[in-house]
Amino acid sequence: MSSDRPPTTGYLPGLLESTLRARRDAGHKLLVPYLTGGLDDQWLVTLEALAGSGADAIEVGIPFSDPMIDGVTIQDASRRALERGTTPDGILADLSRVDVGVPLVVMTYYNLIFRAGHARIAGLMSQSGVSGAIIPDLPLEEVGPWADAADRAGVATVLLVAPSTPLDRIGRICERSRGFVYAVGRMGVTGEQKVLAESARQVAERVSGATDLPVCVGIGVSTPEQAATVCEVADGVVVGSALVRRLLEGGGPEGAAAFVSSLRRALDAG
Amino acid sequence: MTTEPGVTKGATTSPTPEGGSPSVPPIMGDPGPSGRFGGFGGRFVPESLVPACAEVEAAFRSAWVDPAFHDEFRNILHHYGGRPTPVTECARLSQELGVRVLLKREDLAHTGSHKINNVIGQALLAIRMGKKRLIAETGAGQHGVATATAAALFGMECVVYMGEVDTERQELNVFRMELLGAEVRPVSSGSRTLKDAVNEALREWVASVGETHYCLGSVMGPHPFPWMVREFQRIIGDEARSQCRELLDGADPDVVVACAGGGSNAAGIFAGFADATRSELVAVEAAGGAALSMGIPGVLHGMHSALLQDEAGQILEASSISAGLDYPGIGPEHAHLAELGRARYVAADDAEVLDAFQLLARTEGIIPALESAHAIAWVAAASGAEIPSGSTVLINLSGRGDKDVAQVRDILRGRA
Repeated sequence: MSSDRPPTTGYLPGLLESTLRARRDAGHKLLVPYLTGGLDDQWLVTLEALAGSGADAIEVGIPFSDPMIDGVTIQDASRRALERGTTPDGILADLSRVDVGVPLVVMTYYNLIFRAGHARIAGLMSQSGVSGAIIPDLPLEEVGPWADAADRAGVATVLLVAPSTPLDRIGRICERSRGFVYAVGRMGVTGEQKVLAESARQVAERVSGATDLPVCVGIGVSTPEQAATVCEVADGVVVGSALVRRLLEGGGPEGAAAFVSSLRRALDAG
Repeated sequence: MTTEPGVTKGATTSPTPEGGSPSVPPIMGDPGPSGRFGGFGGRFVPESLVPACAEVEAAFRSAWVDPAFHDEFRNILHHYGGRPTPVTECARLSQELGVRVLLKREDLAHTGSHKINNVIGQALLAIRMGKKRLIAETGAGQHGVATATAAALFGMECVVYMGEVDTERQELNVFRMELLGAEVRPVSSGSRTLKDAVNEALREWVASVGETHYCLGSVMGPHPFPWMVREFQRIIGDEARSQCRELLDGADPDVVVACAGGGSNAAGIFAGFADATRSELVAVEAAGGAALSMGIPGVLHGMHSALLQDEAGQILEASSISAGLDYPGIGPEHAHLAELGRARYVAADDAEVLDAFQLLARTEGIIPALESAHAIAWVAAASGAEIPSGSTVLINLSGRGDKDVAQVRDILRGRA
């Protein structure tokens, strides 16, 4: 998917953007599974399994006590991870010890970033091999101080566009977004949906018309069929709750890998 | 007693702060499009909610300069809400404490607390925006009851989120909300108290924002809520300032005291005094939920303010005898007032609060809400020390204690 607009300039695309662009431009659809960091003592094994099952990038959640944009599945996973003593520094230290071969993007809430200090945590992310960050409670008007620190550290700040976002605002969000643009598929919190919301395709179309960055749809994309449908208009998908539920139910790294493989097949067949 | 130079007796209850030269912005004024009180405040919400917050802000800005909106707001608060609430001289309590105690009687407002002021304002605003459904969070249940009341009055649908711990300790308020036609949804995530009820209400708002207004209950959350709720509550302070000047021969109280969880009754009464007087302003937090006394700056529930949190930034669970103050944060304007030194933030513990609850009942025949008893408790402890004998103290009695009687009985009998 590309548009007539020139690519965003003024910064050097990092690993996340260049990897995703290269995959997209080679005709692939992008698959970005989400895993809650520190979920269990096998989470790094799961991470590698996801990378080996066709993920183009992996979103690693740094759990927060009050995940207000997350539904029950990710809430449960966050609580479990926190009960194991998971901390932001601990997750980044764990990540620094592995090389899974695909870009890693952390997803977390702003208080953890604010508490750690922008420059310090951006630097830690960079040293740990993290190439992007998604902070859903940090909208365009508030993102400046963090995004500048992240730019300096070479960490891509991925911004979100929602079905409720007005068109002129979409353009401004896309200009400030790095790596890719996260198109929120439905008005609601994260969680599996039996039926793909109509808004998923609509938001993907609107965002794709406003940017040359890769556009991935997340929130409410739960099955291989839904992923394939969304990717008729989007460059890729983020799949979180459907994967994390399998892990919470004891599916283990193998179960996670099997699910991601099924998503990969559906996208490749589309 | 202190008086503001140049301010005469019988000043009006204008919604704009008096005093100061026009070039100096008021201390409790308009936080502007970014919603900042000094460095605090802001709008830290998911993108899905940004347009909704902007819509609420635009609607409020237009309503708040519309005399017809003010007239309707004040008329309903007068004929339905029982305003103005009186200021009561407390002869026996004053004698016992050695300071002159005045109470602003928000406990006498309809539904039994100051919460009615805010919900009437927000319900009118929701109607102006064409929304037919209200959702709300509640801790002690006072804001939930008030929202359910406004929904009944205007024929709107109403859903109230309440932590499971609170639905148990405030069982009667749950029934009250149901009587009023609201649906109460218990929240079982996290600490199962007010903080988690806010999370759940925000989650629900994301999913239903088209037809639903989130009637936030305190001076917290994303811009414009901290400012808007303070403006709807400033009627407390504007009334009280005039009433005090009548009682005190044109003077202002030395100290104005209010309890603070999120901080709406404190913001409401402070708004009448911060710019127009030199009265000392004191907010009393629960010792187990003292965001400003013990917390550090952070971001939660859409706002940058003071929060109870650990080293990594995980939010800590507050713990207080009063469900309404069981909140790990405080409104951002309070963080700003503390930073400026215009208001002081202190704490009262559960034992002091229980004593104060009984003290006011015995000496004045008024049973305060446990939340409001925090303000009484601090005044009782500080009289003759931080509050010199002979001072005049205005306490915002934000709510009545009927809802707390069963809980206090159980504690005093050693059953809880």
